[in-house]
Amino acid sequence: MNAVATLARPAPLPAAPARGLLRFLTCGSVDDGKSTLIGRLLHETGAIFEDQFAALEKDSRRHGTTGGDIDFALLVDGLEAEREQGITIDVAYRYFSTPRRSFIVADTPGHEQYTRNMATGASNAELAIILIDARKGVLTQTKRHSVIAALTGIRHVILAVNKIDLVGFDEKRFDAIVADYAAFAGKLGFASIVPIPVSARFGDNIAAPSANTSWYNGPTLVGHLEEVEVEAARTDGPLRFPVQWVNRPNLDFRGFSGTLAGGVVRVGDEVVASSSGKTSRVTRIVTFDGDRETARAGDAVTLVLADEIDAPRGEVLADPKARPAVASRLAARLVWMSEDTLAPGRSYLMRLGTRTVPATVRTIRSAIDVETFDAREAGSLALNGIGVVEIDTVAPVVFDPYDENRATGAFILIDRFTNATVAAGMAVEALGATNVHRHGFDVDRAARAGLKHQRSLAVWFTGLPGSGKSTIANLVERKLHALGRHTTVLDGDDLRQGLNADLGFDLASRAENVRRAGEVARLMLDAGLVVLCAFVSPVRADRERLRERFAPGEFVEVFVDTPAEVCAARDPKGLYAKAQDGKIATFTGVGQGYEPPLSPDLVLDAAAADAEALAERVVAFIEPRISGASLTAEDSAAL
Amino acid sequence: MYRSDAAALSILEPARAEAAHAGLTPHLARLEAEAIHIMREVAAEFRNPVMLYSIGKDSSVMLHIARKAFFPGKPPFPLLHVDTTWKFREMIAFRDQTARELGWELIVHINPEGKARGIDPFRSGSSLHTQVMKTESLKQALDKYGFDAAFGGARRDEEKSRAKERIFSHRNAQHGWEPRSQRPELWNLFNTRINPGESMRVFPLSNWTERDVWHYILAEKIPVVPLYFAKERPVVERDGALIMVDDERMPLNPGEKPQMRKVRFRTLGCYPLTGAVESDAETLEAIVDELMASRASERQGRVIDRDDKASMERKKREGYF
Repeated sequence: MNAVATLARPAPLPAAPARGLLRFLTCGSVDDGKSTLIGRLLHETGAIFEDQFAALEKDSRRHGTTGGDIDFALLVDGLEAEREQGITIDVAYRYFSTPRRSFIVADTPGHEQYTRNMATGASNAELAIILIDARKGVLTQTKRHSVIAALTGIRHVILAVNKIDLVGFDEKRFDAIVADYAAFAGKLGFASIVPIPVSARFGDNIAAPSANTSWYNGPTLVGHLEEVEVEAARTDGPLRFPVQWVNRPNLDFRGFSGTLAGGVVRVGDEVVASSSGKTSRVTRIVTFDGDRETARAGDAVTLVLADEIDAPRGEVLADPKARPAVASRLAARLVWMSEDTLAPGRSYLMRLGTRTVPATVRTIRSAIDVETFDAREAGSLALNGIGVVEIDTVAPVVFDPYDENRATGAFILIDRFTNATVAAGMAVEALGATNVHRHGFDVDRAARAGLKHQRSLAVWFTGLPGSGKSTIANLVERKLHALGRHTTVLDGDDLRQGLNADLGFDLASRAENVRRAGEVARLMLDAGLVVLCAFVSPVRADRERLRERFAPGEFVEVFVDTPAEVCAARDPKGLYAKAQDGKIATFTGVGQGYEPPLSPDLVLDAAAADAEALAERVVAFIEPRISGASLTAEDSAAL
Repeated sequence: MYRSDAAALSILEPARAEAAHAGLTPHLARLEAEAIHIMREVAAEFRNPVMLYSIGKDSSVMLHIARKAFFPGKPPFPLLHVDTTWKFREMIAFRDQTARELGWELIVHINPEGKARGIDPFRSGSSLHTQVMKTESLKQALDKYGFDAAFGGARRDEEKSRAKERIFSHRNAQHGWEPRSQRPELWNLFNTRINPGESMRVFPLSNWTERDVWHYILAEKIPVVPLYFAKERPVVERDGALIMVDDERMPLNPGEKPQMRKVRFRTLGCYPLTGAVESDAETLEAIVDELMASRASERQGRVIDRDDKASMERKKREGYF
């Protein structure tokens, strides 16, 4: 090479890619020649520059596994650590283009982290190249890759039968492998499977038809990638516009910015805010390049509506005649990506569209065997496990089934403590109250409470059994009643005789007990009441989930901090005695632990004062929060 | 059905709103929409974001898209330039003019300790200079202003170790990047959660290639630093690279004499560390032509990448952008 970089005089300008962008992923192991195939694709399409090629020649001599030949695998095995180990440890993205199309390749490794990496690569891919070593045929790993591709919504597959040179370009061997694969893949529901005999190392049927396989008259690999039709299905579906950012630069402009996740929107279209149920009409589609008449799935625009409806980040503007599901319980496929096993009942953050909401996996319906595609029973999901689960969210989420719309049906779960992304999720269907679309009522909580000259408030007493929760709640209600407040009491034992009569005392039942009590309290808040709730509620996470269901300032947590010895000595219901006799297996304070709140709004030291004095303290604390004839938005925010 | 580049090139004159959309290939339109989406995510999810402005072509594209993302409002974040004091003079002039014309807040940070110690790329060496005046300086600036997210114009096609970089790249409280602690990125659902003190580097142009960047600059008529265009410039040849003598601080070796050669730059950085290429490309069209015919990668001109094997990966772990 010339010592000084000199750029050649312009050659004829190639046409820019005519068919937009195709994103695909490659599945296979190093042994199948996957990295070699990608290196070959980059080389054949001119995506490797001379200086990179020179470095490759040098590296091939040093680290290569191909004797004196160029080792294309070295081009794509990027990080130092993996070059030393000879494996790829993460998803890498490669770019190349031909005169007809641009491509982004997700290069996903085939070793033990395959599921997690493949799911990541597949999430943005429209097609998968499944690599088979012609000498080995369809392996367990081939099936695994195919199942994961199918589960993550890939519809098009290229079966690249590689190293065809090593089986003497044998037509019968190729046909046998294809027949084998077809027999297995039939149940996976791919829209297209195109088998191609290739040699990544020597370039047969990669960019040009190979004279060595004269019996093959199908497309070359590059030829098929250029031509394959992947559905532009998102544009055909109903309008979905997740609000990403409310654009409010001044008082005269209020727009909703976001990327269309489905369908088409036109000026004049009626839209519904899916969560609130309010409808309006699109008056402008604003972009920097001028207003537009229409926008389609994938376009990033700003919509202006005719009415001042509330549509914060996380809301989904949709076609009112074809609404998405709005539900707080859903069935979904999960790909588990964390070293920590999935814990049903534990609270995670669910990120779906532009919305983030706390969520709990309620049950695991089944785990999917990635080698056979069969479902089996499972109590948990470990790293790289795939299963169908039921999820509860603390507030309703707006979604479509993933198989209908990948953009509105996909979600991730995030660990609340480490912030790690622990799962990829694909919504299957809404459970429970499906097709329930909230009606926006005109008389709201503040209006109802205002008539009572108070503000709604939930006061949650938590503490050991026998700590005095019910006693104090009773005294507090008497005092508030005397002050003219409209109140009610929810008591754990009362609810367990009615609404919660079906629940036991295991952790899952306790969580559900608290959840239902919280939901009842919310309804009572809607009615404008001050609700005093007395529940042991021993699990901190349950109480935290509860708090998230209330607006700031509407929920007060009171910790009745009575030492366990005192509770046991009082034992008003004789429960401690029974538990110590072993007659109650799951009694908080004896058999099960109690997790005190970390930052309660109020702590009552029951050893230091009597119930009467403690009730006074509660009233003094909450009365300022209840008083005030009417509640304005500013007040509410200030609380 | 499809617009070739030749056609795209000719659409330079019509009214702005028409031109932009007519001029973008479906591929570029998709990349633009993706970058807008990423920028809005950051604006919505982070407390105190900043856009790193390196003055180069990628930064110019990033700024242009930021204007689109928040239109009719202004982008809700300032620009930050980490100045090593060794940038080309034309870059600094272009930087100040750009900030002035857009009316954006521009923060310029120079590592005061590095300056006091007299770190420079000639006597201190390119590694130390980059470490102190770029990497350390950037960390200082991010800490000083408490930025929790910083946009950068890096692309995955630039260099091998970037191919696995996330769009939202998590940094620990020391700004360190750990390849094994990066989160999987699925769909367009970005995990933006960070703990106090941690931060995120965000790369909206991750999926762009060098060709995409120039095609986009051409289609959108985005101003870039004149150094990208070929012109007679005073250069000396060192270790196979053409180094422009941009000011009197550059020490000349015995017998070395700057010559006027027609050159341009494919990437811009500190002038002593940035090699020029001989070229006649004086217009955007000519640059695109040249690029389409080029057989050399853009980072070829970067002296620092060649320091040692996998040197970019090392720099990144230390907090380099």
